[in-house]
Amino acid sequence: MMTLSDDRRAALEAEAAEIISRYPRSRSALLPLLHLVQAEEGYVSADGIAFCAGQLGLTEAEVTAVVSFYTMYKRRPVGDYHVGVCTNALCAVMGGDAIFADLQRHLGVGNAETTPDGKITLEHLECNAACDYAPVMMVNWEFFDDMTPQSARELVDGLRAGDDIAPTRGAPRLCTWREASRILAGYPDDQAAGGHTAGHATLAGLRIAKEHGWAPPAAGAAARESTGRDSTGRDSTGRDSTASAGTARTGTARAQRPGPAEGGQQ
Amino acid sequence: MTSVLTPELTARWDEPDSFTRAAYRRGGGYRALARALAMNPDDLVQMTKDSGLRGRGGAGFPTGLKWGFIPQGDGKPHYLVVNADESEPGACKDIPTMLANPHALIEGIVIACYAIRADKAFIYVRGEVLHVIRRLHHAVAEAYAAGYLGSNILGSGFDLDVVVHAGAGAYICGEETALLDSLEGFRGQPRLKPPFPAIAGLYACPTVVNNVESIASIPYIISNGAADFAAFGTEKSKGFGIFSLSGHVTTPGQYEAPLGTTLRELLDLSGGIRAGHRLKFWTPGGSSTPLFTEEHLDVALDYESVAAAGSMLGTRSLQIFDETTCVVRVVLRWIQFYEHESCGKCTPCREGSYWVVQLLDQLERGEGSEADLDKLLDICQNITGRAFCALGDSIESPVKSSIRYFKDEYLEHQRRGGCPFDPVASTLFAGELV
Repeated sequence: MMTLSDDRRAALEAEAAEIISRYPRSRSALLPLLHLVQAEEGYVSADGIAFCAGQLGLTEAEVTAVVSFYTMYKRRPVGDYHVGVCTNALCAVMGGDAIFADLQRHLGVGNAETTPDGKITLEHLECNAACDYAPVMMVNWEFFDDMTPQSARELVDGLRAGDDIAPTRGAPRLCTWREASRILAGYPDDQAAGGHTAGHATLAGLRIAKEHGWAPPAAGAAARESTGRDSTGRDSTGRDSTASAGTARTGTARAQRPGPAEGGQQ
Repeated sequence: MTSVLTPELTARWDEPDSFTRAAYRRGGGYRALARALAMNPDDLVQMTKDSGLRGRGGAGFPTGLKWGFIPQGDGKPHYLVVNADESEPGACKDIPTMLANPHALIEGIVIACYAIRADKAFIYVRGEVLHVIRRLHHAVAEAYAAGYLGSNILGSGFDLDVVVHAGAGAYICGEETALLDSLEGFRGQPRLKPPFPAIAGLYACPTVVNNVESIASIPYIISNGAADFAAFGTEKSKGFGIFSLSGHVTTPGQYEAPLGTTLRELLDLSGGIRAGHRLKFWTPGGSSTPLFTEEHLDVALDYESVAAAGSMLGTRSLQIFDETTCVVRVVLRWIQFYEHESCGKCTPCREGSYWVVQLLDQLERGEGSEADLDKLLDICQNITGRAFCALGDSIESPVKSSIRYFKDEYLEHQRRGGCPFDPVASTLFAGELV
C-alpha cells in the first residue's frame, strides 16, 4: 500500500496472515480483509484493493467485483461518524423519512455525502433488524432507537461538537468509523462486557410474562418430569426483573427519548 | 398450557450480565452440552427430528431432517454455518438474542456440530450490528476458556472451532447459498439447487445452514426432551418461538410464545394498537409474506394456518400498520428494497423488480391507471417461480396482497392525482412539536 509506512504495512500483513489462518481456504478471508483495509484508511481505496489481492493471490479485478457488491464497503472517504437513517417501509412510515429529510437540511448534505468538517457522512439505510425500536438510526453501526427529528438533530450536533455520546443500545462509548471497521475485521475492542444487554422493547414480552406469573417452559418441564417439584424448580421465578426496564409506553409517549436501555455498564 | 407467553430463550434477558457464561450457567446453561456429548450423534439427530423443530429463519424446514441429510462416513469435512444475517424487513429477533444471550447459540452450535460430525462452524453475522459482533466474539472466547470449544471438549474427544464472520451489507446473503458464496469470499449470489448445501455446501462439502433461533433452541430440546418441546405449539408447527411486534402498537417488542398463538392474543396482552387508532394491515412474517388485515386477527400463527389464510409464517415478524398508513407507499418502499437488494444474477428478479418499482412509483404519485394494476400483477406472476431464489418470489407477496385488499386505495391515488394520506399522521411523533 503506497500510503503506508513500512511498519504499518508489516503490521497489516501480520494481521492479514492471522485472519487468513482462521479459514480452511484463504479466499474466505476477503470480506474481513476488506474491513481491515477500510479500518486503515477509512474507506476501501485502490491501494486497499491491491493489498487484499496481494495477500490472497487474487487479481484486483476479482477483489473490486466483491467490493462493489457490498454496501458497507465505501469507495470514498467516510467521516468519523457514519450516520444512517432507516428508510425501509416501517421506519419510513413511523418517521424515518421525516428524520432523513430533516437531517439533510440540517447538515446541508445529501445521501452518502460528508459534512465539510469531515465529521459526519449521512446515508439512508435498509432494515437494520430493530423494527421494534422504529424509527431507528445507526451511528457507526450502533443502535439509536426511537428517534425523532429533534433527537436526531441533537445527536448529530453532539457528534460534531465532540460530546461523549453513547448508543441507545450498544457499547458504553461510540467508537469511530475506522475503529468500527476494525471490529468487523475480527479484532474487537474491549467494550464487549460493557453497555446494554436489552432495551425496553426487547424485554416487553418477558415483562408481561412475569406480570402474569408465567414461568419459562423449562420450569414446567422440570415439574412435568418429577411431580411434587413445583414449577419454580429452575430458580426462574424468584428473580426480580431489573425493574426499571420496559415499562409499557403508550401512544405518543414513545416519541419521548427513552431512558437508557436495560443492562448494566460493567 | 395456560401461559400465553413462554419465555425460554428470552427468560433471562433482563439480567444485566445475561450475555456472560456465568449468567448462562446460572440458568442451567451448558448442561445440555454435557448430556449431548454422552450420546450417540445419530440419536441427537433423531431427537431433533422428534422434537418437530422447524427452521426459525423463515422457511420452516424441519431442522432434524436437514441434519439427517448430511452424509456420514464420507471422508469430507462437514460444516455448520449459522445464518445470523437477519435482514428481512420486520425481522428483529436474532439480533437481540445474540446481544443478550449469545451462549445459548454457542451451546447449540457445539451440540449441532457434534450431531452432524463437523469440527468447524461459522457464525455469519450481518456487519451492521457492532455490539452484537462484540458479544459474539466475547462469548466464543469465554467458551474456549471454559473448554466448551477447542480440543477435546469436556473430555469427550470432540474438537470444534468457531469463527465469527461479519458480513458487509447485503440482504441476499440471508439466502443460504448466497451466504455460502459470500463466506467463500465472493459476491453473495445464490446457487442453483440441487445440489443442496447438505451435499455440496461450503467449499463443496456437506454443510448445514441453520438460523440463530433454530440452533439456540437445541439446548432446551436436549435438556427437556423432544416430547416436551413438541408438547408446545400445534400439530405440525411444534414448540415455541419469538414473535416480533413492531409498528403502530402500544408495546412493540419480542414475545416468545408457542406457535399457533394469534395476533389478537398478543395485542390483547400488550395494549393493542396505539391509542386512538385501528389496525389496517400487517405482515405475519416480514415483508416477503402477503399482507393480512383485521379479518386475520384470529389466524393461528403456525405454518399451516397462515398458509391456509393466504400468507406465510416466515420469521414471525408482525409489522403492524394502522389506518394512517398509505399501503401503496409501504409496498413501493418494500419493492424498492428488493430492487436494491436483488443480486442481479437472474433476469426475472433484476429486471422485474425494476419495472415493478416504476409502476408502483407512478401509482403512488397518482399518475397511473387501473390497467397498471393488471400490468403489475402480470409482471409479478412472471417473476414468481422463475427467479433463482426466494427474493424474486418475495416481490409478488406485498404487491398482490395489497391490490387484493386495498385496490380502491390504489385507484383513489389516481382519482386524486396523488397520495390521499398525510405522512405526518403515521409517524410516532405525530402532532408533537419536533
